[in-house]
Amino acid sequence: MNETALPNYLQEGTSLGSWLLTRDHKRIALLYMFAITFFFVIGGIAATFFRLELVTPKGDLVEAATYNRLFSLHGIVMVWLFLIPSIPAVFGNFLVPLMIGAKDLAFPRLNLLSWYLFMAGGTIIIGSAVLGSVDTGWTFYTPYSSLYSNSHVVAAVTGVFIVGFSSILTGLNFIVTIHKMRAPGMRWGRLPLFIWSQYATSIINVLATPVLAMTLALIALENLTDLGIFNPWKGGDPLLFQHLFWFYSHPAVYIMILPAMGVVSEVITCFARKRVFGYNFIAGSSLAIAFIGFMVWGHHMFVSGQSPYAGLVFSFLSMLVAVPSAIKVFNWTTTLYQGSILLSAPMLYVIGFIGLFTIGGLTGIFVATLAIDVHVHDTYFVVAHFHYIMVGGAVMAYFGALHFWWPKMFGRMYPESWARLAAIMIFVGFNLTFFPQFVLGYQGMPRRYHSYAPEFQVWNVLSSAGASILAVGYLLPFIYMAWSWKYAPRSGPNPWPATGLEWQVPSPPSKDNFSGIPHIEDEVYAYDQLFGKSDEPHSAPS
Amino acid sequence: MEFLKWPQQASAFAADVDHVFIVLLIVSGGAVLLIAGLIVFFCVRYSRKKQPRPVHHTNTKLSLEIGWSVIALAFFLFAFAWGARIYLQMYRTAPDDAYAVYAIGKQWMWKFQHPDGRREINELHVPVNRPVKINLISQDVIHSLYIPAFRLKHDVLPMAYTEMWFEPTLPGSYHLFCAEYCGTSHSEMVGQVIAMRPEDFENWLGNSQGMGSTAQQGAKLVASLGCTSCHKSESTSIAPWFGGIYGKPVELADGTSTVVNDAYIRESILNPQAKVVRNFQPAMPSYQGRITEDEILSITAYIKSLREQKNE
Ligand code: HEM
Ligand SMILES: [Cu+2]
Repeated sequence: MNETALPNYLQEGTSLGSWLLTRDHKRIALLYMFAITFFFVIGGIAATFFRLELVTPKGDLVEAATYNRLFSLHGIVMVWLFLIPSIPAVFGNFLVPLMIGAKDLAFPRLNLLSWYLFMAGGTIIIGSAVLGSVDTGWTFYTPYSSLYSNSHVVAAVTGVFIVGFSSILTGLNFIVTIHKMRAPGMRWGRLPLFIWSQYATSIINVLATPVLAMTLALIALENLTDLGIFNPWKGGDPLLFQHLFWFYSHPAVYIMILPAMGVVSEVITCFARKRVFGYNFIAGSSLAIAFIGFMVWGHHMFVSGQSPYAGLVFSFLSMLVAVPSAIKVFNWTTTLYQGSILLSAPMLYVIGFIGLFTIGGLTGIFVATLAIDVHVHDTYFVVAHFHYIMVGGAVMAYFGALHFWWPKMFGRMYPESWARLAAIMIFVGFNLTFFPQFVLGYQGMPRRYHSYAPEFQVWNVLSSAGASILAVGYLLPFIYMAWSWKYAPRSGPNPWPATGLEWQVPSPPSKDNFSGIPHIEDEVYAYDQLFGKSDEPHSAPS
Repeated sequence: MEFLKWPQQASAFAADVDHVFIVLLIVSGGAVLLIAGLIVFFCVRYSRKKQPRPVHHTNTKLSLEIGWSVIALAFFLFAFAWGARIYLQMYRTAPDDAYAVYAIGKQWMWKFQHPDGRREINELHVPVNRPVKINLISQDVIHSLYIPAFRLKHDVLPMAYTEMWFEPTLPGSYHLFCAEYCGTSHSEMVGQVIAMRPEDFENWLGNSQGMGSTAQQGAKLVASLGCTSCHKSESTSIAPWFGGIYGKPVELADGTSTVVNDAYIRESILNPQAKVVRNFQPAMPSYQGRITEDEILSITAYIKSLREQKNE
């Protein structure tokens, strides 16, 4: 078969319409990529301002009301417009069909609709920011959000509500695709771990997001009418909101991290040239996380007035949910043992992920430990904990994926030395930004503070200094990736080389991905067959 | 080097919390170093230059998987158990002899009321070596009273009393923060807890004058708000008399009974129809919107002060 003769998916029309009306999962993936990159910049700009504000203890750069809007916007944009869609909507969209040997997702039109819903919600959120923004934090706690805030709460929750439907539809699309569209021979036990992680994530998306939608709808109704569900003066219960919110938002943190874990599994086997260690355990732990993750939401409410006995149960279950994460870390580490390791840029990101995620996960144990959480809840300790996981983990993995699959997406290499430099800067900048926040938190600095006690200044200055390194680290890929898109050398179908179906088609792939129906004979990650026989690796199997 | 200082330990369980924290820090630190060490070692030892192709092809080992899962779980459960033990201590109800203070959170200040009627704003004086109990309520949104030196915080809810208690051990002045984001000036909802030696504390209390005890203020309010037009001490009145009811069970119109405590009194003022005392008509109007949380506290103190009085 002569696959190179087909035009690749980028060449199938260049008009705006050919992009905005496309049903090709790969093009939709790119649409998402541009959108979330834009949102990442917006979220980052907000963070730049409040990190600058925090250089001095006094609130002197922006007013308190502005500061509160900045961190709220930062949280809402980063969570719903960047992290939640990031890996699933970009790489999941691009790779799920390619990895299982399908032409497209099960419902290509629905996929395009998801993107439009996402853009509609995103536009409303950004629009509300332009009009004056919200000041509730990304958590929208009642009764502040329902009765007291004078900001654009209704607009913001409407935006998030709509974005939620985009997640639900994408999740549904992935589940059906993974069940129904696997090529012959692609048994469940041969699915790449990235697919398993997408599958687990999709289950959460489909089951948890409707609860968020309902909760946000109630917030809007509380603002617009006298409903009273969360209004204690009418017999409502503001804590009910927290239960509903975290029932979604705890699983949502796994929506952000599971896909990242999938990326790690792919990249680490490739650059260790070894089959992944403990395939069943890594795949199973994704499902375990998705399942147990639904039962731990109350760990955000240990000091809220919830019964201390409920606190015990939620603390216990939170300890259980950490085990599958630990299993993954151990298996990744063991995968490196006796491998043949190349520290290319994607691998640097992924190794950075493992280190930072381990710290994030272990500090998860700290905050799940009741006595400690009474002290550190709502302090910078918690802020550091979740940034280690969401930025140190999920964002690192996003960049890892970006470099790893870039040649597949665009058919060109990225500049390796620049990419390594960026990875190292991000790692260093990240630690300098967020490690001091653990200290601040344990010393008692509450989060969401516009001004703070003078003794906290040194660590805040360090954190802001780190943030500036981090910012440069994030900026570099924008520049060299843009350059590489046009000018970098072509990469060929399988530059690393890696196993996996996506590497057996040309880069960039054709519109229909495969020229026939692929048949899968190899086990997954058959790196031993790829490199085992002779010293000279032969190229990817055809 | 102020910024490197360990945070002050000024309450009876501060050291306990720090102990769990330090032990978790050591074990987790060890785990991070182990994993990071292994990764770095493998990356160097098995670098592609030294090892152009992998030598090892075992890709799963059940004993290893079970082994590390069990070790991780054991550590996590150990953290759970230790943390839970201290938490139950902290969050159990306060000892009976505790010095009882009331706190009202509102955007954006803390108001405190001592039993003798003394009030403070953003400052709370307490004696050391004696349990101090704070009955918490918010007048508007959710706040959270946080005293880092005591390693303690508790959310402050509108329309529901919550409680926290601690035993200060070290005289001094400590930060008091609002930890739950509560709107524009959240970061200015801060103050000081001043822990004093018992004798100093008595002195400080002695210096307060003029305000009258909380109960006396409550008695005045009961008259000025018109409560006594129905709640007369004569047995013929159309509403129950306050004497001798505090802390005792009371029979309700629906046949159940409840104990008269702070929460019940508060509810009866704001939502009188919720629990009507047996043999009385649900005739009382709601005072919601007409009375502040401070006033409710004063009236409660007044009713409490009548607890020894005989109810006829
Ligand atoms: C290893 C298992 C983990 C455990 C045991 C754990 C435990 C906890 C606990 C107990 C809290 C509440 C702390 C507090 O509010 O006082 C918390 C907060 C948080 N965690 Fe984790 N966590 C874990 C992993 C993760 C992961 C994987 C993510 C994200 C991908 C994450 C993201 C968050 C976020 C976003 C918050 C705070 C939300 C907020 O208050 O704004 N955690 N975690
Ligand atoms: Cu959680």
